[in-house]
Amino acid sequence: MTQTPVAPPALTTQRASGCPFDPPPSKTALLESEPISRVSLWNGATAWLVTRHADQVTLLRDPRISADNRRPNYPSMSAASEATRDQIRAFINMDEPEHNAERRKFTGDFTIKRMRALTPRIEQIITDLLDAMEEAGPPTDLVTSFALPLPSLVICELLGVPYSDHAFFQRNSAVMVDTRSTSEAALAATKELGAYLGDLVESKVANPADDLLSRLATGYLKPGHSTKRQCANEALLLLVAGHETTANMIALGTCALLQNPAQLAAVRDSDPARVANAVEEMLRYLTITHMGRRRVATADIEVGGQLIKAGEALICSGDTANRDPEVFQDPYTLDIDRQARQHLAFGSGPHQCLGQNLARVELQLAYPALLRRFPGLRLDVPLEEIPFRTEMAVYGVHSLPVAW
Amino acid sequence: MQITVDAEKCCGAGQCVLVAPEVFDQRDEDGVVVVLDATPPADQHALVEEAAQVCPAAVITLS
Ligand code: SF4
Repeated sequence: MTQTPVAPPALTTQRASGCPFDPPPSKTALLESEPISRVSLWNGATAWLVTRHADQVTLLRDPRISADNRRPNYPSMSAASEATRDQIRAFINMDEPEHNAERRKFTGDFTIKRMRALTPRIEQIITDLLDAMEEAGPPTDLVTSFALPLPSLVICELLGVPYSDHAFFQRNSAVMVDTRSTSEAALAATKELGAYLGDLVESKVANPADDLLSRLATGYLKPGHSTKRQCANEALLLLVAGHETTANMIALGTCALLQNPAQLAAVRDSDPARVANAVEEMLRYLTITHMGRRRVATADIEVGGQLIKAGEALICSGDTANRDPEVFQDPYTLDIDRQARQHLAFGSGPHQCLGQNLARVELQLAYPALLRRFPGLRLDVPLEEIPFRTEMAVYGVHSLPVAW
Repeated sequence: MQITVDAEKCCGAGQCVLVAPEVFDQRDEDGVVVVLDATPPADQHALVEEAAQVCPAAVITLS
């Protein structure tokens, strides 16, 4: 008699009802029961799901795991990301030494010093957005009035992308990161945005300004170190990543603070050092990159008592790592005074988020400014009616109706 | 305490600078780590240990 092998449980992004800030309980339960376990993906493929903090840090730093999304078993998160995986080849999907060589084209633009120097400009953008919100009066959707335009304006200035085109690139970016998008739609959006950015970089060869795409144009495209296609891919990555992530941290974070009034008051009334610490805790608590870091083992690797074989896929779920009681005491509590710097919201290993210090500065300025301007800020609908972004590559809220 | 870094493998995340700004800095042009004080005073040791621990590329070695 042959036995039908039992398919491993499906990887889910579905959260428990009433707990929009906690990862799916079926995933966090694995921290205890089976910290490295098999899961099946949307297309029937299987992968190892690594839930614990320590195992993820070990694996993400191990040169024997590959981020190359062209590998046959690379675990994509949806038909949309599967369809576009060879379209967008940027440094996040390269291995060493290619990865670091490519990444270093941009690291100088994202140093802590440079990001902190943006403070006055970011403060100005925040003030303008809050002024407009105040003038228009309540209620408003915090996503469209504040959370999205803030990082969008900042990344556009940094890259040198005209913000006046924001409707175009925000629409395409949203299609790219929506796991429900068809392959055709995702491919079309990727190509359209890629073509736009390729042309933009090219135009900066002749007319460079003081922005990142101009440095790419004059330093790499013009002397022939990079092709137009390569420049477009990197620009696409930076633009999409710059949009989706911080915007969702601002909106989801505000939503979480509104459920935790004491923490909200502390963020509103504290000095910058305490706010900076609060932001690390918000990053830990919310971990909006809920699809996890996706990799393929290139050799047999033993970790946490489990053998991962060469060629097998693995997913490091930062959201469960950030609820790991081995690292964070009382992990389900939002406590802005805890020491949370070792969180994995930005990943770990050489691929750790390039834009993390930009995100930090934006969040450290955005939360207190918003809460100080509108001390009476509140949700305008019950929490149950907030549309959470369960099916998007980056978790958060589709909209956040607020009043004050 | 003696600090050594493998600057080749540094990915410029700047975590070390956030944790121990008196001991670490980044090069302006490519964000690569710069050690300001390779033998830091005792009051910096705990921070330096934390910096080594959170460095994503694990390129900070202490001896
Ligand atoms: S934390 Fe590590 S990888 Fe990041 S800048 Fe410092 S030494 Fe380099």
